[in-house]
Amino acid sequence: MAARYDRAITVFSPDGHLFQVEYAQEAVKKGSTAVGIRGKDIVVLGVEKKSVAKLQEERTVRKICALDEHVCMAFAGIPDNTADARIVINRARVECQSHRLTVEDPVTVEYITRYIATLKQRYTQSNGRRPFGISALIVGFDYDGTPRLYQTDPSGTYHAWKANAIGRSAKTVREFLEKNYTEEAIAGDNEAIKLAIKALLEVVQSGGKNIELAVIRRNQPLKILESKEIETLVTEIEKEKEEEAEKKKQKKST
Amino acid sequence: MEYLIGIQGPDFVLVAADNVAASSIIQMKHDYDKMFKLSEKILLLCVGEAGDTVQFAEYIQKNVQLYKMRNGYELSPAAAANFTRKNLADYLRSRTPYHVNLLLAGYDDTDGPGLYYMDYLSSLAKAPFAAHGYGLNKRFILNLPSFTVRLIDKEGIHDLEKLTLGTK
Repeated sequence: MAARYDRAITVFSPDGHLFQVEYAQEAVKKGSTAVGIRGKDIVVLGVEKKSVAKLQEERTVRKICALDEHVCMAFAGIPDNTADARIVINRARVECQSHRLTVEDPVTVEYITRYIATLKQRYTQSNGRRPFGISALIVGFDYDGTPRLYQTDPSGTYHAWKANAIGRSAKTVREFLEKNYTEEAIAGDNEAIKLAIKALLEVVQSGGKNIELAVIRRNQPLKILESKEIETLVTEIEKEKEEEAEKKKQKKST
Repeated sequence: MEYLIGIQGPDFVLVAADNVAASSIIQMKHDYDKMFKLSEKILLLCVGEAGDTVQFAEYIQKNVQLYKMRNGYELSPAAAANFTRKNLADYLRSRTPYHVNLLLAGYDDTDGPGLYYMDYLSSLAKAPFAAHGYGLNKRFILNLPSFTVRLIDKEGIHDLEKLTLGTK
């Protein structure tokens, strides 16, 4: 049944599916994992960095992008679908400045998420176009200082989240977050960052080297953490894990 | 009559603009800021037709910011000046030209300080000192009461003391 109703994007199947959109969502599940955490005074984005080929320059593969000084996004899609993402990011950047020009205020995170979601939805209803094969995690602070995290997907829907993951193994990461996202886990900036790293370490193979992390603190611009800082945090996390394991062992033996 | 002046030093640019916003013979505001911050080290001073000034300057300002978002680094003052001139030139031969006179002052980390003079016919000249208007204080019908003064150097843009000469 699917075969006859999945060629053109604008066609519903008899049982109510838009197969092209669903295939796009499948494409997203193949991309590298990205995780977003909303803290109290900080928002964190982490992505799994694909190991680069030997001859490739490392710095040219960027999966976390600033849309404006107070908003940034990470995306997941068919392995390294930076092409689709570039279009969305460019339109979002222009819209951020356009908004500032017309209303003299920076965009709220919800506004720019809505804009990106509307853009994606338009591509699910036009003739001759295919949907964007990316899901995006958009984080930032609103003008009044509230931190926000939103997720969009190829169909054009968006939701606000406290913490979420997209891409390959998103389910595993999300389950980890559901168990570990507590008030005290995000009590401080450092804790929120460590939670993001811990979540990614669940699914990333070789540890700190393959993680790219970015944070926005209230009233400060986007900061991409250097690999040294990530390594330090990873070692801290591993030490904490060992201490936890030690305590458990001692409890068992008493 | 509005007044802008810029002076380039060895490692800084000093700029000043008057603070009057007038409508025919009435002074609407005497604390109006005619300088637009394009980026951390670039200022655009803009005078001319009411409305055109703010519209054009804000348009340039947002496009300079967009460049920064897209490319990860800021436009140099020379590039910003040429971009501004190109926009003026494009609009000049349209049905809606912008009647604005500009000074662009900036500090480039590699080339040092720079001052650019532009006028409404989209001429562009890099000069060590430049001005728009008369700026006279005593023998003029409309004496300009106060001036905002700013300095741009490698640290960024600094506000200096407001000059209030015309009160005597």
